[in-house]
Amino acid sequence: MKKIITTPIGIADIANLRIGDIFYLSGYLVTGRDDVHHRIVHEGLVSPYDFKDMALLHAGPIVKEGAKENVMISIGPTSSIRMEADEAAFIEKTGVRIIIGKGGMGEKTAEACKKFGAIHCVFPGGCAVTAASQVEKIETVYWRELGMPESLWVMKVKEFGPLIVSIDTAGNNMFVENKRYYAARKEEVMKPILQNVKGHMNIEQEETDK
Amino acid sequence: MNKTEAKQALMDTMEKFLALASRRLPDDVYEKLTELRDKETSPMQKVIYDAYFQNLEEAEKLKRPSCQDTGQLHYYIKAGTAFPHLDIVEESLQEATKRATMSVPLRQNTINYFEEKNTGDNTGERIPWINWDIVSGGDELEIIVYFAGGGCCLPGKAQVFKPSDGYGAIVKYVFEAVADLGINACPPLIVGVGLGQNVENAALLSKKAYLRPLGTHHPHPKGARLEKELLEGLNALGIGAQGMRGENVAMAVHIESSGRHPATLAVGVNMACYAHRRGVIRFQKDMSYEILTYRGAQL
Ligand code: SF4
Repeated sequence: MKKIITTPIGIADIANLRIGDIFYLSGYLVTGRDDVHHRIVHEGLVSPYDFKDMALLHAGPIVKEGAKENVMISIGPTSSIRMEADEAAFIEKTGVRIIIGKGGMGEKTAEACKKFGAIHCVFPGGCAVTAASQVEKIETVYWRELGMPESLWVMKVKEFGPLIVSIDTAGNNMFVENKRYYAARKEEVMKPILQNVKGHMNIEQEETDK
Repeated sequence: MNKTEAKQALMDTMEKFLALASRRLPDDVYEKLTELRDKETSPMQKVIYDAYFQNLEEAEKLKRPSCQDTGQLHYYIKAGTAFPHLDIVEESLQEATKRATMSVPLRQNTINYFEEKNTGDNTGERIPWINWDIVSGGDELEIIVYFAGGGCCLPGKAQVFKPSDGYGAIVKYVFEAVADLGINACPPLIVGVGLGQNVENAALLSKKAYLRPLGTHHPHPKGARLEKELLEGLNALGIGAQGMRGENVAMAVHIESSGRHPATLAVGVNMACYAHRRGVIRFQKDMSYEILTYRGAQL
């Protein structure tokens, strides 16, 4: 059965989720990436959207802007790791509960997730059309002067996902654990291949005695 | 057919072809992904593959680019010396790129160095990137278009080793690139390995390697064996789709090589993400064409 979380998100909604769990989000979802983090964390601006108990998406969408309404054409997650330097402060300042992006985030974010009760999740990369079709409506946009990809797009979404938990409220970090796992396997896996190419520097003998 | 007619025909066909190639994966890649999907067992990997395929289906239905990052346009051309319209190819591709940027639409992804401003139409200094290979005596024009996204270009690297480092240096270099960087490039990947004399021919060959159709092998038996061993080895790391633990981090490893200098051993690694948007189209003298990567496709 699909697990669905609806905004606003209380701590109880996410406290028991663990890395690797999969769920879908309904309600409001708001985009914010490099520039939004910079403004809020470094320039001291107050977010025009109240992120308290809400969800943030690292993404720069393609929106078809019209006089009557704006239509979401394509919205794929961008690499979350770019926001690593500022995410912890962003969580502390805004009270955001769910952060969605591509790939993992680092130790600082994991600590903040544990301390302030937030999680980071992955939406599968490259699935921009599916994501766009889960956007029911674009309600409004803030900070449009930052350009289309960097603005705060406030979206109404229905069962947005799959979202795979990569950092949980206990501070577990899936990508950090995975990287360690891959690194540990590398030497052993390479060994037979290294052995097989050892003789490759020798000059090949012509097969004359055939 | 005169110049103007040939140019018009090439522009029109390529604009439509770009739309198709931005949303559909080549048959060989689609089949490979289908095969890998069946091999994954964890629920998480299944969910990721389901999302990949659902997205491709929706992209086709809505006629939209499958991934939001439509990348930069690369054209790898095989031009017959007897193809009569060589002089209009470059400007036609420039124009088709501009038009497709608006009509598909493609994301605006080109910034000139030092100006640091988006050009807005995906053309710029030496962009779209065009690589020419001449086929002596041929009278056809084959164009491979590739949408090079940011996420999968990021892990690319090349280095020159000393012969005393041996072929082992190549193996280690490929593993490092994939295990440390490739996991963020939306696996399963096609890993291109270029072996050459110096840094630029290794890098160029790594690109040509990943543009090769799936199921093809390096012509030397040892090269073909290394491709297979690298593929099995990388997959044995357990990285899986999206770098989230699974059976397959790569669809293929392709090696292309050139002769080397006795004093050098150069290696380039280039990665293509699962959204391997590689479209191949071949034009005849009269500008009629054949689409090689999508069975039954009509423009
Ligand atoms: S790596 Fe490929 S599939 Fe992933 S976001 Fe970039 S272009 Fe899209």
